[in-house]
Amino acid sequence: MSEKISWTGRVRSATLEKFEPEDLLPDHQPAYVASWIYVFGVATLAAFVMLIASGLYLTLEGPAWWHTSSVGHYVNSVHLWSVELFFVFMVVHLWGKFWMAAWRGRRLATWITGCLAFFTSIITGFTGYIIQSNFDSQWISTQAKDGFNAMGIGAFFNTLNTGQAILLHVSLLPLVLGAIVVWHVILVRRRGVVPPIEVGGE
Amino acid sequence: MRRELSSVDPSKKWSGPVREYDLIKELVVAVVVVGLLALTLAALFSSPDEKALTMNSWSHEAPADFVQTAAAELAGTTTSASYGPPYNKNGEGQNIGPINLSKLAGVRIPIDPANSFVIEPLKSQSDPITTAAVSQWLAAPSKEQSSWANAYSDALLKDGKALTLTDAAGMYGPVPTLVTALYAMAKSGALDGALTTSDTTLPTNFTKPLLFLGDSGTYFPDKASAQHLSGDQWGVMNETGSWPGQSWLWLYSFWYQIEPFKSSGNADILVMSLMGILSLGLLLLPILPVLPRIPYWIPVHRLIWRNWYNKKKN
Repeated sequence: MSEKISWTGRVRSATLEKFEPEDLLPDHQPAYVASWIYVFGVATLAAFVMLIASGLYLTLEGPAWWHTSSVGHYVNSVHLWSVELFFVFMVVHLWGKFWMAAWRGRRLATWITGCLAFFTSIITGFTGYIIQSNFDSQWISTQAKDGFNAMGIGAFFNTLNTGQAILLHVSLLPLVLGAIVVWHVILVRRRGVVPPIEVGGE
Repeated sequence: MRRELSSVDPSKKWSGPVREYDLIKELVVAVVVVGLLALTLAALFSSPDEKALTMNSWSHEAPADFVQTAAAELAGTTTSASYGPPYNKNGEGQNIGPINLSKLAGVRIPIDPANSFVIEPLKSQSDPITTAAVSQWLAAPSKEQSSWANAYSDALLKDGKALTLTDAAGMYGPVPTLVTALYAMAKSGALDGALTTSDTTLPTNFTKPLLFLGDSGTYFPDKASAQHLSGDQWGVMNETGSWPGQSWLWLYSFWYQIEPFKSSGNADILVMSLMGILSLGLLLLPILPVLPRIPYWIPVHRLIWRNWYNKKKN
């Protein structure tokens, strides 16, 4: 019996065998990969690392800590500025990929996973803002509830239920976002960096 | 005529000239640089933490607004009292065409403001006057409850500043006692606990106090306006003080600033639906008509890959 018939064999065939080592961990890139715009993809990942690190610190100390501790307030500030940097880098990265028409050459899934990461980041950021347990979170959650309620989503995701929002923000959503980001990066490595748009005959 | 040259097939693995690169080094350098940037920005600009409002702060800072809102909850005239799903069946919710998604989802977070915000917390009080007022309220038919509460609510609003009014004409029933008792609970801090621990002793759900606070006529919205957080100030995308907020929600906030959304009773569902469609458009942009051609018509890529194009040219 061929080993590829086994589930493990099929998974290996569909994943690891699609890659060569230099695809996953490259030490060379096509010569056209030489522009500042390429910095913003990895900068987004770096800001994500900072978000996770500062978020884990806040998680370990609990939701009230940053209101009463100067160290906690600083860690919260790092978390806030990391998310601001994360979105700035991601939006520039997204615009860059649009102008590069980066979906060319069977890279539609890469574009789609990038968009999914963007949307999931917005939801994750939103849940972060409504769990601050201060005036800002009170106002945002009471205003935003109407949008979610109008869509019928509010019956399941209650922006006024801080406990639910905390659990979503520190457990489920980072896992989902992390999985999408990993998927996106793997697709980038699988397909390689999109080559320049070649315009000739003029 | 412009055409895409087939000399570079974007779906094929690159076999042309390469340059040296170090993925791990790039990632490490990026984390160090971005990390230092975040640490520095945090040290320089910190982060906002405007203290949360409470029933206690409301009753001390805007007592007239508190008692007016409490009376209006009993009268069933607040936003929460006539909201509809997911809290109650007292309102229609919002429609998009013939579809009402909130009704389809149903009442999953039951809130009856008169009971949830006023009567239930007062049941924890043991003084005989409050107990008698609660009993009188509960024993009365809903028409009489409504008559008492509306009369008292209107009188409080008309006066504007009064925290309690005498019932010379005998029109208010137990409502003045109920409202005054709730006000006393709020001033003592007991109401905050009562509203957050009514379902569970561990306060993690702030639906009741936040809906109650959201019904405030002036206290909550005035605080928000002072922090440039109102809907007509681009609302949820802002942060208190001068800190940057969720600026990535600019397009979502933008629709609320213009017609027909601005004055529509269905603004929320219209804006949410529009944003859903636009998001789907972004997701599927590569396979939509026209839009994927824009990068070819406006050659920003010439700037991005200028070194490559210059080398090819030479």
